[in-house]
Amino acid sequence: MKEILLLKDGEIVLKGLNRRQFEDVLKKNIRTALYSLGRFEITSAQSTICVRPLSEDVDLDEACERVGRVFGIVSYSRAVLCEEKTMDAVIAAAPVYLEKQLRAAKTFKVEAKRSDKKFPLKSPEICRELGGVILHEYPHLRVDVHQPDVTVYVEIRDFGAYVHADAIRGAGGIPVGTGGKAAVLISGGIDSPVAAYMMAKRGLRLTAVHFASPPYTSRRAEEKVVRLLQKVSRYAGPMTMITVPFTALQEKLRDDCPEELFTIIMRRLMMQMTERIAHDYDCAALITGESLGQVASQTIGALNCTDDAADMVVFRPLIGMDKQEIIDIAYKIDTYETSIEPYEDCCTVFTPKHPRTKPILKFVREAQERAGFEPLIEEALQNLKITQITPEY
Amino acid sequence: MGAKGLEHYLDNSATTAVSAAAADKAYQIMTTVYGNPSSLHSKGMEAEHELTAARKAVASQLKVSADEVFFTSGGTEANNTALFGAAYATARTRRKIIISSVEHSSVLEAAKRLEDEGFTVERITPQSDGTIHPEDVAAAVDGSTALVSVMLVNNETGAVMPVGDIFAAVKAANPQTLCHTDAVQAFGKLPVRARALDADIISVSGHKVHAPKGVGALYVKKGVRLVPRQYGGEQEKRFRPGTENLPAIAAFGVACGEFDIEGNRERVQRLNAYAREQLLQIDGVALNSPANALPYVLNFSAGRVRSETMLHFLEERDVFVSSGSACAKGKPSHVLSALGLSRDRADSALRVSFSKYNTAADIDALCEGIAAGLRVLAHR
Repeated sequence: MKEILLLKDGEIVLKGLNRRQFEDVLKKNIRTALYSLGRFEITSAQSTICVRPLSEDVDLDEACERVGRVFGIVSYSRAVLCEEKTMDAVIAAAPVYLEKQLRAAKTFKVEAKRSDKKFPLKSPEICRELGGVILHEYPHLRVDVHQPDVTVYVEIRDFGAYVHADAIRGAGGIPVGTGGKAAVLISGGIDSPVAAYMMAKRGLRLTAVHFASPPYTSRRAEEKVVRLLQKVSRYAGPMTMITVPFTALQEKLRDDCPEELFTIIMRRLMMQMTERIAHDYDCAALITGESLGQVASQTIGALNCTDDAADMVVFRPLIGMDKQEIIDIAYKIDTYETSIEPYEDCCTVFTPKHPRTKPILKFVREAQERAGFEPLIEEALQNLKITQITPEY
Repeated sequence: MGAKGLEHYLDNSATTAVSAAAADKAYQIMTTVYGNPSSLHSKGMEAEHELTAARKAVASQLKVSADEVFFTSGGTEANNTALFGAAYATARTRRKIIISSVEHSSVLEAAKRLEDEGFTVERITPQSDGTIHPEDVAAAVDGSTALVSVMLVNNETGAVMPVGDIFAAVKAANPQTLCHTDAVQAFGKLPVRARALDADIISVSGHKVHAPKGVGALYVKKGVRLVPRQYGGEQEKRFRPGTENLPAIAAFGVACGEFDIEGNRERVQRLNAYAREQLLQIDGVALNSPANALPYVLNFSAGRVRSETMLHFLEERDVFVSSGSACAKGKPSHVLSALGLSRDRADSALRVSFSKYNTAADIDALCEGIAAGLRVLAHR
């Protein structure tokens, strides 16, 4: 039996004249996601994208999982393409193809869509005929048109007739890349991968910026970030990770700044440096995983001080979320287990005993200027490490 | 190895020769990459990389995600962990375990122990074709069923159980019931795909697939909670603590990378067909393996010569076979009894099991040996 995937694109339908362009990006993203699984033909018509495997041995279970993570797809279904576009072929295919679902169900209904009006039967007639056959083959079933356990969909389209069960909800959102590029600050904790995921969902392609402070932080901590990004890139697509050598700056911070301002000045330095990297990598925004009030550096006062450090717009998609809500998403995108691995990251190096929760911007700026970080920033930016991240399945 | 001198090793379901690449890997880990994967320094990190690579290799064979794979000391531990882990996880509300009556002893005995502890164990017997039928299992499933455990390939006869259909029927009867399959004899020989089988837990072993002894793995579907069997460390996400047996684990990973399921099956299928043809030309030989059996295993009875006598006779001719399952030496085979074989036939049953290293010459040696054995031993 020849199986295909049918993907419904979502919000991009609304995009008017840009629609074609959006759809092209979406198709390209689907192609990237499926690349390692074999060859596929990807076509689109009537806000449905049809993915047809070109070889026999394609793992369609895995293909389904992967398209389920591509932003821009509202729902998808796995369908069987009938041998030919006739009612007999539909009747031959449907009860066999959906055997498992039909056996497990108690009630069902048939729904037909006939966009090829040359097909001899009208939609209600298709439903009636196929419904009768299914009832005959699965006598334990009853028809329930209101709340069936399984709905059998028959679609008669120009390129053929196909049958599928209920569609599965897709990742939603907007195709990655249609919204431009942004740089995400990524530490290795629970929040930043979630923030990255959320902004990718709004169509942004990501460049990840990570600060490493060896020997205060370990190679394992950096590797953990790579693994986190590999998980995120299953949604956000391939991305570049930039590791900033941060040790000298943190040591200077420790030596030359007031202890209660360690964290706030560190955050400012990170924002400044990320912004400069963002310019070089054509990014137009910064993304952080900050959530209001979660820690001392995420109070209104502290965020004002951090914001002051960069001119670029800063997206903080988690700002109004509870920790548990963030963790729920981390579970969903499978980053949680990795995030909680216990390696020191640069945010936990030199933490002050009593951080200032209501820092005054003027004093913070002055303290930072007095220390004179500029030469060290320059040097760090000359020594960035670039890692290409591809999805890890 | 069949090719090694005059040795004809036909007992690959008991254990296999370690492949050269897997052995090299184990040696390299023992002498060079000997760090503890949990150590924070780079020696530990490179060891952890080996661990991760092996986990991915096993995961990719099962078509699952690497964090669903936990290494164990072998198939027996994997099966024990599956049974006790699943039973204890929901012991308060679900007290029933269903297994097949022809499972490996590591499942049978674990189930027996659970029965002693107050769980209800139901044992499903195979039908005359040697396989377990989905409807027989489904009929036994009720609201209190914690676990169903059915092996994928029987170790004595090679019978392939319709595990996918069995588990689908189980899930239809009670979606909460966990489904475990002991895939030790199937792994590397048939595609073992967690999703296609609808399995929540899968046991596999290294030494049946040309990796060293002392390593196995348990697939536990994400979201499925099992109670660990041991405590005391962070390894394997605290599910199976204890410093990892990295030489064996890494070698297991290499062995998985060497799987050529399609290619080997074709070869072994030809060997099996040849063996069946040649054996049946010997007077007094009757085949016990069902027609649908995995070609890697061939169980047959030779005249009225007791299995063990024939085994030792063959051994003198450098032909190595098994009487029943090597783990159950001395006891009458529960599997063959379950098949309803006569006492005589069960007593004279021999199992030959192939690997990718066997050749037709091994089969010729076997058949010559059996024929000679029947001539000599029948008169003693």
